[in-house]
Amino acid sequence: MSERKDGPSRRKVLKGAAAGLVTAGVAPTILTSSAFGQEYRNKPTGDTVTLGFNVPQTGPYADEGADELRAYELAVEHLNGEGDGGMLNTMQPSNLKGNGILGKKVAYVTGDTQTKSDAARASAKRMIEKDGALMITGGSSSGVAVAVQSLCQEMGTIFMAGLTHSNDTTGKDKRRYGFRHFFNAYMSGAALGPVLADEYGTERRAYHLTADYNWGWTQEESMKNATEALGWQTAEAVKTPVGAGDFSQYITPVLNSGADVLILNHYGRDMVNSLTQAVQFGLRDKQVNGKDFQIVVPLFSRLMAQGAGDNIKGILGSTNWNWKLQDEGSQAFVKSFGAKYGAPPSMAAHTCYVQALLYADACERAGTFYPVEVIKALEGHKFDGMGNGPTEYRAEDHQCFKDVLVVRGNDNPTSQFDLLNVVQQVPRSQVEYDASIFGGDLGPYEV
Amino acid sequence: MDAIFLQFLNGLDKGGAYALIALGLTLVFGTLGVVNFAHGTLFMLGAFCAVTLRKLLTLEQVVLDTENLTAWGTATEIRTPYVEAWFGDFGTMLVDYSVPASILLAIPVMLVVGVAMERGLIKHFYRRPHAEQILVTFGLAIVLQEIVKHYFGANPIPQPMPAAFAGAADIGAALGMEPNVIVYPWWRLVYFGFSIVVIGAVFAFLQFTTFGMVVRAGMADRETVGLIGIDIDKRFTAMFGIAAIVAGMAGVMYTPLLPPDYHLGMDFLVLSFVVVVVGGMGSLPGAVAAGFLLGILQSLASMTEVKAIIPGIDQIIIYLVAVVILLVRPRGLMGRRGVMES
Repeated sequence: MSERKDGPSRRKVLKGAAAGLVTAGVAPTILTSSAFGQEYRNKPTGDTVTLGFNVPQTGPYADEGADELRAYELAVEHLNGEGDGGMLNTMQPSNLKGNGILGKKVAYVTGDTQTKSDAARASAKRMIEKDGALMITGGSSSGVAVAVQSLCQEMGTIFMAGLTHSNDTTGKDKRRYGFRHFFNAYMSGAALGPVLADEYGTERRAYHLTADYNWGWTQEESMKNATEALGWQTAEAVKTPVGAGDFSQYITPVLNSGADVLILNHYGRDMVNSLTQAVQFGLRDKQVNGKDFQIVVPLFSRLMAQGAGDNIKGILGSTNWNWKLQDEGSQAFVKSFGAKYGAPPSMAAHTCYVQALLYADACERAGTFYPVEVIKALEGHKFDGMGNGPTEYRAEDHQCFKDVLVVRGNDNPTSQFDLLNVVQQVPRSQVEYDASIFGGDLGPYEV
Repeated sequence: MDAIFLQFLNGLDKGGAYALIALGLTLVFGTLGVVNFAHGTLFMLGAFCAVTLRKLLTLEQVVLDTENLTAWGTATEIRTPYVEAWFGDFGTMLVDYSVPASILLAIPVMLVVGVAMERGLIKHFYRRPHAEQILVTFGLAIVLQEIVKHYFGANPIPQPMPAAFAGAADIGAALGMEPNVIVYPWWRLVYFGFSIVVIGAVFAFLQFTTFGMVVRAGMADRETVGLIGIDIDKRFTAMFGIAAIVAGMAGVMYTPLLPPDYHLGMDFLVLSFVVVVVGGMGSLPGAVAAGFLLGILQSLASMTEVKAIIPGIDQIIIYLVAVVILLVRPRGLMGRRGVMES
């Protein structure tokens, strides 16, 4: 009986089979393990990486959304090595090379939040599931930011928030996958307080008119805390419906309330209307308690100032960033943006542009698009050269800490854009707070 | 007491706007039987007549100053309005009074818009159910507001009132009371006076002209008026144009109080319908009375003392009153038998 020598022996076949089974069983586990970070939603496989810009293209904040989109388009241009590079040249430290992100060209898709939470979630979901967006960014509302952030946590997609000012975004509603570069209501109060004391004294009675939703409540709370700490009294705090239009019935009671300061915790169209009407009622010409009556708008934007016209002149408020800042980063951004669009960027545009660059840089530093590693690269990251001085993405709540601007409506504007003057660049140390005071839980890295 | 008086004044100017819009709505409903959800948009279009005229009056001559550069490296622009350059002080005054001057623009524009709307679209829905009329006019309203947004943007556009009316009147001092206690913006007083004049003019037109008499007869019995050889349809079309003019003028004069944006009409539409229903469908005096009544009640309900007793009452008072009135008088305050009743 002859033995076949040319074929595989039974032992070899069994060994091979066993090895095959082990490989087949274990390899997928290794590939999906977070330790290696190889498989995740919308992992870029071609030569492009797609980002999702979720901004209000319709609805009351459509103009702000249009400016955000301009900033994102500029950021994509700069990341891909086109144009003059903008803040890529000033960001420190920076791993960005102007060749896309990790060598892949940046592409983008857009969604319309409509400044409605459900619409914003739907458009973010569509961009993630259908368009393959690896990161979602943008928006002009805290309600939208919280809703989209929560969706992104569920889907394991990083969300770099646009304009959102509520304490809750990085407080009780914070998420591991959500990051906010914009400042918040607490920081507005902390920055404005000392300036208000300097300008108006410590014996004042404040009357609050507050937009009756999440952001308004936190803004009112923060301003009350800040002003009462100065020694101010709160005469009354009245909630007003969002989109009230005519605020005259809420302003009339202010006239004889004994208050000598009106704090308008309103944003956007509500702020334009309430400020315009408060001025028409002669509040700024009034004397109460032997003092000139004052109006304060804690959150200002240039686009809103345009809507309020002359009524904004002399009014104090706070803002995240202003195009007149003289630091190298701000000037580089203003130059790029102005040359491309013929107008300086708004603070919404600035925050969105910076968010896009920060995400790209984090990917480069992590050496991967794997969200868990990118999150770790962003947490606690310190940088400079992006306006507002040295900045840190605090690991505990994903809130950026940087200098805050106190601004005043310009009495003598030299152009249609020259509406706000920077009164003080309040140092970051003055607006910092303990991450635990607003509660919340970031949640897990792995989802 | 002064707080109540101030809220009463608030109610009058707010009520003036409600009454003017509701008056036009009722005119259209009473004559053509159409529930026109695009009527608020006519208010908004009127407001944008003011925006357009101001834009035209402030068209600027731009001279580039190459000595001074912008932050992004281009030459700064020195802008001078043509009107001021050409006409000097008169030009400055024209710009200052652009809002009241806009009424002269709004009248022909709104007449054309109103007639075009009626002849082009709404006449095809006269014999269709009210639900279909509502759908098509609501759709039209959305289309018109999107067109306005496309050309003017989404942000409110401030329209300053003439400088002479910019301050507030010390009504308390004028009545012999303590000064600076009851002060009220001049322009709001102007608006109240304006609404009274326009309402009076519409009533006088309907009451004292042959045209108005025929229209009133047609509102009461369209068929009989037709049988005596009068082309009532043409007159009703004209009434649609007049309703559009009333809404447009109301919008023009409201712009200094509320910087207009594309959504302005929708803000007033729902309230105006409530006003029409409370006043009584098809009743012109009812619409006016309900407009002022609901405006005043809404303002009084916003008082801190009232809200301390019933929190949130300012948000629901109009609807609450509407429910009560319709329970007690199902046809509204001055509604007529047979209107919207099968």
